[in-house]
Amino acid sequence: MSKIDSEDHGKKHPGKKGFSRRSFLQGIGISGGAVASLPKGLLAEPQAESGARVMGPGPVPVSLRINGKVHNLNIEPRVTLLDALRNHLDLTGAKKVCDRSVCGTCTVIVAGHPVYACGLLAIEAQGKDIQTIEGLLSTHGKAHPVPTAFVENDAQQCGFCTPGFVMAVKAFLDKHPNPTMEQVKQGLGGNLCRCGTYIGVRQAALDAAREMRGGKRA
Amino acid sequence: MPSKYDWPAAEKRSLIGKRINRLDGLAKSTGRAKYSYDTNRPGGLTAKLLTSPYAHARVTKIDTGEAERLAGVRAIRVMSPVGTEVQWQGYEIAAVAADTEEIARDAVRKIQVEYEVLPHLVKEEDLSKAGNRTKPSGENTQGNPDQGFSQADVIHEGFYGANVITHCCLEPHGQVAEWDGDNCTVYASTQAVGSIGRELGKVLAADPATANVKPSNVRVITQYMGGGFGSKFSPDRWGIVCAQLARQAGKPVKLMLDRDQELLMAGARPSHFAKVKVGAKKDGTLVAWESESWTTGGMSGAGAAPIPYVIEIPNRKTRNIAVSTNTGPARAWRAPNHPQAAVLTMCPLTDLAAKLNMDPLELFLKNVSLSPRGDVYRAELLKAAELMDWKAKYHAPGKGGNGYLKRGVGLSIHTWGGRGHDSECRLIINPDGSVQAQLGSQDLGTGTRTVIGIVAAETLGLPLSGVQVQIGDSNYPPSGGSGGSTTVGGVSASTRRASVKALDKLLEAVAPGMGTTADKLVAVDGRIQVQGDPSKSLTWKAACAKLGTKAISETGRQPARDEGNLGDSGVGGAQMAEVEVDTETGIVTMRKMVAVQDCGLIIDLKTAESQCYGACIMGIGSALYEEKIYDQQTGRMLNADMEFYKLGGIGDVGEIVVHMMTRDYDQRGVIGLGEPPVISPPAAISNAVFNALGVRIPTIPITPDKVLAALEKGGMA
Ligand code: FES
Ligand code: FES
Repeated sequence: MSKIDSEDHGKKHPGKKGFSRRSFLQGIGISGGAVASLPKGLLAEPQAESGARVMGPGPVPVSLRINGKVHNLNIEPRVTLLDALRNHLDLTGAKKVCDRSVCGTCTVIVAGHPVYACGLLAIEAQGKDIQTIEGLLSTHGKAHPVPTAFVENDAQQCGFCTPGFVMAVKAFLDKHPNPTMEQVKQGLGGNLCRCGTYIGVRQAALDAAREMRGGKRA
Repeated sequence: MPSKYDWPAAEKRSLIGKRINRLDGLAKSTGRAKYSYDTNRPGGLTAKLLTSPYAHARVTKIDTGEAERLAGVRAIRVMSPVGTEVQWQGYEIAAVAADTEEIARDAVRKIQVEYEVLPHLVKEEDLSKAGNRTKPSGENTQGNPDQGFSQADVIHEGFYGANVITHCCLEPHGQVAEWDGDNCTVYASTQAVGSIGRELGKVLAADPATANVKPSNVRVITQYMGGGFGSKFSPDRWGIVCAQLARQAGKPVKLMLDRDQELLMAGARPSHFAKVKVGAKKDGTLVAWESESWTTGGMSGAGAAPIPYVIEIPNRKTRNIAVSTNTGPARAWRAPNHPQAAVLTMCPLTDLAAKLNMDPLELFLKNVSLSPRGDVYRAELLKAAELMDWKAKYHAPGKGGNGYLKRGVGLSIHTWGGRGHDSECRLIINPDGSVQAQLGSQDLGTGTRTVIGIVAAETLGLPLSGVQVQIGDSNYPPSGGSGGSTTVGGVSASTRRASVKALDKLLEAVAPGMGTTADKLVAVDGRIQVQGDPSKSLTWKAACAKLGTKAISETGRQPARDEGNLGDSGVGGAQMAEVEVDTETGIVTMRKMVAVQDCGLIIDLKTAESQCYGACIMGIGSALYEEKIYDQQTGRMLNADMEFYKLGGIGDVGEIVVHMMTRDYDQRGVIGLGEPPVISPPAAISNAVFNALGVRIPTIPITPDKVLAALEKGGMA
């Protein structure tokens, strides 16, 4: 728990550069027992820009572009992107586990960045390209290299963390097409698994990277 | 007596024992697998619970009026009426079902409850503060401990312990309930598809609103579930109220626990603390043991861990005390009581070795003959030592380097039963050649689906893709709950027997047309052929077509006397850990773990290895990070979230090497594997930290604060 997370990990948190709650806590080496209360300022979500329009509290029209398709919803402004996907669009690949931007099981890709969908309001995701696991398309009749590598390396047991992990790996490899094992360990530190599939996930990330590069070493 | 049901000989196996991808891997890794939490039924409602903020209190007033008037609220149930004495924080008070999750949460906040707060106890590590909350729970004497200690050349005494941890299943407990007349379908995140429906039905039958419901009216469906680890065997109070809300509202209801509720009340592993005294001869031979231990699993306390663990020291005396605390109740946690027993045994034995100036590996090798599987442990310890490079890495305790980073190695051994549970499999061969294996079992992520498919396909001479495995539904033939590593032994035996019987029927049907008798035919490589004469054969499809319109349906059972001995009970296992400790920050970093494990005949080597990797990682979590932290002042859990209830991440677990003992071990048939490899990591890691520092961190988790405190006490800070 001693490592300071890489830049990629930090970017997971929408609106903040370089820090997620988890990376902050890891960075200062806090263990479970050490802290009972937290400095508020560091944990508070980013405030709306000044002069922001007030919406709600009742349902408001929200338009989301997900996997290339526009979905129009009428939901309360407090609904997170994760709840919008899961409860209103039946896109249940992203899972809800901590609901507090810690575990990564809800990871989706927004405007090219991996994001914890539980930490972003649906209204904030409007106008951006949202990619979910459901949109991770197969090509040439073959499944996408990342899920395939997960299967080959048995990088899933119960599988509840798996879609989030797959999206995190996908986003990570888009930025680091030829990562080292050390970079994989750092770059994927924002996703937790209870069944303990990390050994498979590490290898899956390396294998998928090779496959996505066309089987060549860069 | 050999039987036609026996497992095929090693050279004849085409699938069994190979590394095979799990059948549902792609469904999981592409997000298509639907869990209970993902089940959105048409017109479905969402329910949320109101739970007690207090560890011990009496409900004096409850008013749901304002919540009921909220638009979108469809049903409310009070679960703890006035007068109820709640015994832990998180206890269920009321439940609301509403059109949306947001409305359900608003409504929960509008329920007014008043409590009379009562005194509580939430911490048990210091027994002297437990007052009248203790009671004896197990006492045992073997041999003559006093005489044993008088023969000892060296005696070690120490305090050791393991704190309460929780299951933290990533899919929380919960379900969707949907009624059709008096029939209820429950999509539950459960380890026991076969039994929770009946249990739920019994409770509903006792409720006047659902008095017509019979236990058989409740159907349970669990295609995928996101982790249980022993905590998901009961319909639970939230499952009952979910069904009641659905009935009341006339709509499907989904009720999944929130993360804080999950960590507060949906499962805890009992703590275990002990004062241990152990004696040995100069040569390391163990002669006597005495321990006084105490433990809590919440209100009901908890039973004694099996100590001394694995090594049956001839003269021993153990006494255990159960402490009743106002904390969420204990549930079976992967290998109940064994990880704690390993800490309470392997740590003092390692400290004793230090007193004897002995390498603990030597001490263990010398004493494993006191276990029921001495030869197995000897072989496993030596294999682990080779994979760890123990000889090169071991040093005297505290000699882990001159700088502020100290390295050390430690070891532990473990045991588990793992005999197969009762199971029935229906194997269907259709005239079109398709095959279904149906069992009312469930796949927790261990690979149950895949194991069933492999056994059926191997028996029928088909590729794995030739068998459809249908599980996770209580309408299929009953199979036991998945706990205690009993599933693989149960389902593999019932599936093998059903497959042999169904194949016999098929061979009988096609033999006359092939001009031979059934006993001369074999199924191999997708064909039915005359034994030793591949020229006389039918493709599987052509053979099945001979069935005309009538499918074959055969049932296999476990146990079944006279139908082969397909499994056994009892395994060993040895693990070694290598750590690096930063003496300035107190942070322990995992460098390497080695897990050597036997489990009889392995069906799928790939998912078996995954069990071991996963168990090591889970064990690392409980060794270094995990603890349910309570505050005695307020009675509250301080870390009922995933920021501070810490699980290890992908960069925290070091290198892991798994070695499965295979050759010769397969003679014993199939034995379960889920629990054993999770037992040793905390003890092995604690011993590695001791080896690095030369001081013992007495309790797990070994957090930085404890490391620094121990260094200070040892005069090393
Ligand atoms: S559910 Fe979003 S990070 Fe855990
Ligand atoms: S596979 Fe179960 S939580 Fe990761």
